[in-house]
Amino acid sequence: MQQVALAPFTVVGRLVIGVCTIVGALSLFVGRTLLACFTPRWHGGQIARQVVSIGFLSLPVVGLTAIFTGAALALNIYTGGGRFNAEQIVPQIVALGITRELAPVLVALMLSGRVATTIAAEIGAMRATEQIDAMRTLSTDPFRFLVAPRVLAGVATLPVLTGVADILGIGGGWLVSSLSLGFNPEAYARSTVAFLEAWDIQSGLIKAAAFGFIVTAMGAFHGYRATGGARGVGHAATQAMVWSGVLIFATDYLMTSWFTQT
Amino acid sequence: MTPAAPELEWRGIRKILGGRTVLDGLDLSLAAGRSLVILGGSGQGKSVALKLALGLMRPDAGTVLFRGRSLPGLFNRRQSDLYRQSGVLFQGSALFDSLRIWEVVSFRLLHADNRPRARAREAAIEALAQVQLGPEVADLFPSELSGGMQKRVGLARAIIGAPRILFFDEPTTGLDPVTAASISRLIADQVTRLGCTAVTITHDLVSARTIADDIALLDGGRIAWQGGRADLDTVTDHRVRSMVEASLPTR
Repeated sequence: MQQVALAPFTVVGRLVIGVCTIVGALSLFVGRTLLACFTPRWHGGQIARQVVSIGFLSLPVVGLTAIFTGAALALNIYTGGGRFNAEQIVPQIVALGITRELAPVLVALMLSGRVATTIAAEIGAMRATEQIDAMRTLSTDPFRFLVAPRVLAGVATLPVLTGVADILGIGGGWLVSSLSLGFNPEAYARSTVAFLEAWDIQSGLIKAAAFGFIVTAMGAFHGYRATGGARGVGHAATQAMVWSGVLIFATDYLMTSWFTQT
Repeated sequence: MTPAAPELEWRGIRKILGGRTVLDGLDLSLAAGRSLVILGGSGQGKSVALKLALGLMRPDAGTVLFRGRSLPGLFNRRQSDLYRQSGVLFQGSALFDSLRIWEVVSFRLLHADNRPRARAREAAIEALAQVQLGPEVADLFPSELSGGMQKRVGLARAIIGAPRILFFDEPTTGLDPVTAASISRLIADQVTRLGCTAVTITHDLVSARTIADDIALLDGGRIAWQGGRADLDTVTDHRVRSMVEASLPTR
């Protein structure tokens, strides 16, 4: 009887302890990661390798995503604008939507699928096969050798990828507008350039750097905590993608509301 | 004159994992230059005892002493001292699968000691020769090697800095008897050549006879029997006796 009466408290207590545990673990992980990122020693070779893996090898998927998103956005805005005779607004809205919102968010989401899962699986497999323990016994801090290079590469390359996505996304809108919506290509380009402000692009790039941290840190965090062999590694990869996706949207909202207030 | 502190000592160690008491008052010490084998069945806490000694786990009670001083947290100076003077052969070899063999073997030289790559490669090839692997192996990846060769590479990585203390975690598990015997022989040779202290955990009594100066049986979370290698043939403790008999060839 007493147990039944206390059951709700037990559930709430477990939930609170679980949340505190995960928040504590994440805080410690982020703290150690930042320390490894901002203090020597840096493993330059590892950072370069991760820049290639996270940045360069993501170019095809980022490029294709941006082109198709820009093209679809142009079609939708043309249709919507037509309802109040404002079809000519397509170049401006495509440019604004891509640079401020869609390029950074979609690039980050694509990378949460391609990069966060890979990082979680790599580090999780290393954990399962005692490679991380081995690294420690070889006087090498796994945070400096494994985590920091990935996070630094993510923070450095996501803005670059977003810049590429800005150009290709606007290009996709330009292409579909010129080919099938009857826009003059030169006039479209001129409208885009005249409308865009530096802050439109800069705010997207700042968001991208934050998302780069989220994607890589979530991959490393879940990989580092992986337990239970192959099943644990698979779980870590899934968790990395889910967590980074949710945090990207939450951070996007917070940063957007902050940017629009300032 | 006070006697020298043991090289390594587990003192009153208690460790609970997943609600189960794995080690319950483990007391064990190891003098410098001796080769200790910790025997025990599966789930008796052998690997936990080794990880505690390496500072990869923290005990719930008790302390591990390295040259008379307790091991603090990871990446503390004293912990680093232990790591710089030790080599470890892990159960699954734990080779870094994205690196070439020479980079795996010389990992400490490259990334902790900042040794130039050419000199680190030379040292790796020398270490590989010590474990009877030729220089042609140096540029392969771990996945291209057999289990026995991976163990040899793991051993080469453990001995490359001429460590003062070596740890071996189930060095013969998963190997056929011939390969297991050759790995055990190699371990014994390298421990003798380096003149270092060694701790091996295993359930393989044949391997223990090759490697050990001293043997301890871990049972029920504490040391149940301790003796020299020669004592194995005259031991009366029924737990050790049953392991000895199980290791004898059947007709």
